[in-house]
Amino acid sequence: MSPDVSFFVEVVVGGLLSGVMYALVAIGFVLIYKTSGVLNFAQGAMVLFAALTFVSLVERGLPVPAAFAATLAVMALVGLAVERAVLRPLVNQPPITLFMATLGVAYVIEGAAQLAWGTQVHALDLGIDDTPLEFGGVLVSRFDLVAAAIAGVLVAVLTLFFHTTRTGLAFRAVADDPLAALGIGLRLPRIWSAVWIASGVVALVAGLLWGARLGVQFSLSLVVLKALPVLVLGGFDSIAGAIVAGLIVGAAEKLAEVYLGPVIGGGIEGWFAYVAALALLLVRPAGLFGRRSVERA
Amino acid sequence: MPRTTPIRALLAGAALLALGAGASAAEQYFPLQSYRVGPYAAGGTGFFGGFIDYLNLVNSRDGGVNGVKLTWSEGETQYEVERGVEVYERLKSRPGIAAWNPLSVGIAYAMIDRITADKVPLITINDGRTDSTDGRVFPYVFPLLLNPYSETSGIVEYLAGREGGLDRLKGKTIAVLYHGSPYGKETIPIYDLLAKRYGFKVEQIEVPHPGNEQQSQWLAIRRLKPDYVVLRGWGVMNPVALKTAQKTGFPAGRIVGNVWSNSEEDVIPAGESAKGYVAITTQASGAQYPVIQEIVRAVYDKGAGNLADRKRIGSVYHNLGVLNGILNVEAVRIAQERFGHRTLTGDEVRWGFEHLRLDEARVAALGAKGLFHSINVTCANHEGEGRVTFQQWDGAKWTVVSDWIKPDWATLRPIIEASSTAYAKEHGLTPRDCAAEERADAQSGKRAAADIK
Amino acid sequence: MNTPMTALPHPARFRRLSGPAGIGLLLALAYGLVPLVAGDYLLEAILTPFLALALAGLGLNLLVGYAGLLSLGSAAFMAVGAYAAFNLSLRVPGLPLPAAFLGGGLAAAAAGLVAGLPALRLRGFYLAVSTLAAQFFVAWALNRIGWLSNDSPSGVIGAPRLVLAGWSFEDARGRYAVSLVVVSLLTFAAWRLVRSPTGRDLVAIRDQETAARIVGVRVARTKLLAFALSSFVVGVAGVLWAFAYLRTVEPAGFNLDRSFQILFIVIIGGLGTLRGAFLGAGFIVVLPLVLSRLGAALLGDGFDSGTLEMVQRIVLGALIVAVLIREPAGLSALLDRLFTRLFDRPRRVPA
Repeated sequence: MSPDVSFFVEVVVGGLLSGVMYALVAIGFVLIYKTSGVLNFAQGAMVLFAALTFVSLVERGLPVPAAFAATLAVMALVGLAVERAVLRPLVNQPPITLFMATLGVAYVIEGAAQLAWGTQVHALDLGIDDTPLEFGGVLVSRFDLVAAAIAGVLVAVLTLFFHTTRTGLAFRAVADDPLAALGIGLRLPRIWSAVWIASGVVALVAGLLWGARLGVQFSLSLVVLKALPVLVLGGFDSIAGAIVAGLIVGAAEKLAEVYLGPVIGGGIEGWFAYVAALALLLVRPAGLFGRRSVERA
Repeated sequence: MPRTTPIRALLAGAALLALGAGASAAEQYFPLQSYRVGPYAAGGTGFFGGFIDYLNLVNSRDGGVNGVKLTWSEGETQYEVERGVEVYERLKSRPGIAAWNPLSVGIAYAMIDRITADKVPLITINDGRTDSTDGRVFPYVFPLLLNPYSETSGIVEYLAGREGGLDRLKGKTIAVLYHGSPYGKETIPIYDLLAKRYGFKVEQIEVPHPGNEQQSQWLAIRRLKPDYVVLRGWGVMNPVALKTAQKTGFPAGRIVGNVWSNSEEDVIPAGESAKGYVAITTQASGAQYPVIQEIVRAVYDKGAGNLADRKRIGSVYHNLGVLNGILNVEAVRIAQERFGHRTLTGDEVRWGFEHLRLDEARVAALGAKGLFHSINVTCANHEGEGRVTFQQWDGAKWTVVSDWIKPDWATLRPIIEASSTAYAKEHGLTPRDCAAEERADAQSGKRAAADIK
Repeated sequence: MNTPMTALPHPARFRRLSGPAGIGLLLALAYGLVPLVAGDYLLEAILTPFLALALAGLGLNLLVGYAGLLSLGSAAFMAVGAYAAFNLSLRVPGLPLPAAFLGGGLAAAAAGLVAGLPALRLRGFYLAVSTLAAQFFVAWALNRIGWLSNDSPSGVIGAPRLVLAGWSFEDARGRYAVSLVVVSLLTFAAWRLVRSPTGRDLVAIRDQETAARIVGVRVARTKLLAFALSSFVVGVAGVLWAFAYLRTVEPAGFNLDRSFQILFIVIIGGLGTLRGAFLGAGFIVVLPLVLSRLGAALLGDGFDSGTLEMVQRIVLGALIVAVLIREPAGLSALLDRLFTRLFDRPRRVPA
């Protein structure tokens, strides 16, 4: 390959792998939005809280599997508590009220995380060696490959869960038509609880992988900003959409930064993903995979 | 400088106190706009912790400065400008304010008009507005030790040293990775200027805030194949830069960090990938300096230390806080020799900062030999010709790897003056005549000394 | 989601608070008593930012509360207003201050118009997230285009002095007065607007877009108008924030957190009510200060300000959730209920 071509491939591959990381955060949003119509902005705080709890437990001498199990339990509890204490009393309120409530929850979780574990920064070493691999002149990050694999496993597990278990089936029924689901006797609160627990678990996985990339610190909660354009593009209610949109957003923003950046000025990644998602939405208003009927003007 | 015995000084102080504008007990107050929460909490706890530790040391060891006790209180800002302003407005009417030390460029900018009207010094150690170096236009602002321009020059001098001389920079390529903010962009023209002068190629690449994703920037660097990468980062951007450098195969040993990319908080999250990384500093880290040891004994061993974690004693931000304490306290001390051993007004402390001259002997006497080099603040030069050194991260601690380097102040001064002159014009200010002030000052200083005697 | 984003039951009885007597009393307090008795700290560090943020809330409420369009880009429109006013007063010598305010507002309105274009196709959170494009693009452009900040090497610019026809409003009282006058005028204008046919069109597209279309409301035009009007008010609030309060203009002060803060003000205060913005701003601006003063008073000056701040953050978040649970229609509905209970007890109709 000529250097230019291999560079292009490198940019695209790097972008796709970053995109998987965005999708990982986006899935946490999708799970909750799909069943209860809530854009859960506390997802970022949950990612931070999960990573901080895990790393603090490890630093206090807990073996990694034990720390992981403990954090898993904590995150499930956090998800459950948010659902019980905040979302359930607000059921049937307009979406924007729910959205604001999750922002309030984000304050509480961020405050609690720092109060409990301090404001220090931490390194999180998952034991994945990050020297780059080379394929015919193209460098690929080993860490990102592993992360993508883990994200893939997570998606597979979630998909299996929704398609084979009873709870999963109920979940899909609720997502399709809450009233009908209620009508046939599905217990909505139990499903909401399950979904919030699941989103706590997704936050843990995202927290560990992003924490290993960034270090565990307050800025970890900002990763949601990378997930939002993915959500717009993929639809707020589609896991497959989140994955595909994540790949598109990741590759597009890297290509834009590298090839368009020098022309109009660098540092455009911050807004480019939003504009790209928007441009696509003007053609397909419900996103790539979102349900069409809902949000069209 | 008048020689005064302690008793005479006390008497003079007491006399002045009786005359003074109703100043309360002899206390000098430091209002602290600290940030211990939020994204920059790690830096804030270190810096303000070190500052408070030093004030504590001076109080417990010396009973304050010539009997004037140092006091302080904190207002949390989370590094947000409007909170900083709120804290300023809340604390500004307290008696005996010595100086403001926000350690935040944004808060400092919002305070410039306010402190100038209130006649209290504003200390922006290592940061702040480059043109406030010109004390003729900014009488109350002190960007002590280092401004962004001299930092740039210091880094280029250091790289030249690694190559074996400034002439060896010719034909080299340096990539500057900067944070997408006014702070990050400030040095763009200086790198361009120095590149032209020394014949190296410079490529400046922006990382959008917050900088948690840098794949594309480092791929661009990989294509550029620079000899060095300068990191002008902030917060999470720094560890991500080091991690992504490793991912794209750029060696950490050829990355040089600026003054906001030089702390433990910037490298620890990057883990293994930060090994070998070098960064500029005005104060060496480590706890081996006598003044830090004294703080350990007199403050921490008595349970009065400010850092929650003793392991952070001697870290970059903690030592910067201690150094900031030394500079503030010495400015007060110098001003006291001129105005009397009592609670000083902000304007008097400003005079102290404008005569803050600590040579290497004085620095050693303060127990800070090796911690920092020297400072020489004047009416016209509020930066004070701070020297810089470079430290390398070995995975656990920083080690000094260079001498104390002198930035090329002579080259920078005309650019700074052009900018400050424009500011003066925009704001309708007449620059001070420093020479005339010094003369008048010497006259009245003699009289004051005679009065004290 | 077939329900509108923001539709809320509307308690219609707030005669007592918004009646002429109540308003008169409030104005007399704000113009007469407060400047007389309040100290510099209260005027400059609390009331001036309170007024600026209340105005921003008022502007956003026109969009979210009345027209039912959700925006997360308010801070960007504040920034556009502040930078436009700065550039106008810098580049047009002798431009009177009110003209700079007006210019800032108009520039923000233009930006709002462009950012509002997706509203023609999108609703709900899709629209909300798409306004983030404006949020990040404006921040990028302000940082990237040096001319906008007069090529200041540090990118932070000083606001011009508050001088009008030879009178200086530079002291705390003056800054408060400028803010109060601007906020009063725009609040009055907004009050007129929401009672005008245009205002009713806004509510119509919020509550039932299709029905509105059928009865002849020009939906696209009205939506864009809502964005422009709302952004105008938000832009002027940005000018106040920069000129009257902070006295510096820098992009970092207009970040996403600010947008959320303004949205909080609107929702906590009460959607679709003008007084909601003021109640919400009071909650968001004053409450944290009260909490931290309270904490400092209880625990002493020397207490670790970090721990205090974290506790305060938790309490604030919990209070927000509590208000939303207790009264999803916001503080103004809470206040209405309180007043009803106090004065209208015999006439109260069971819900």
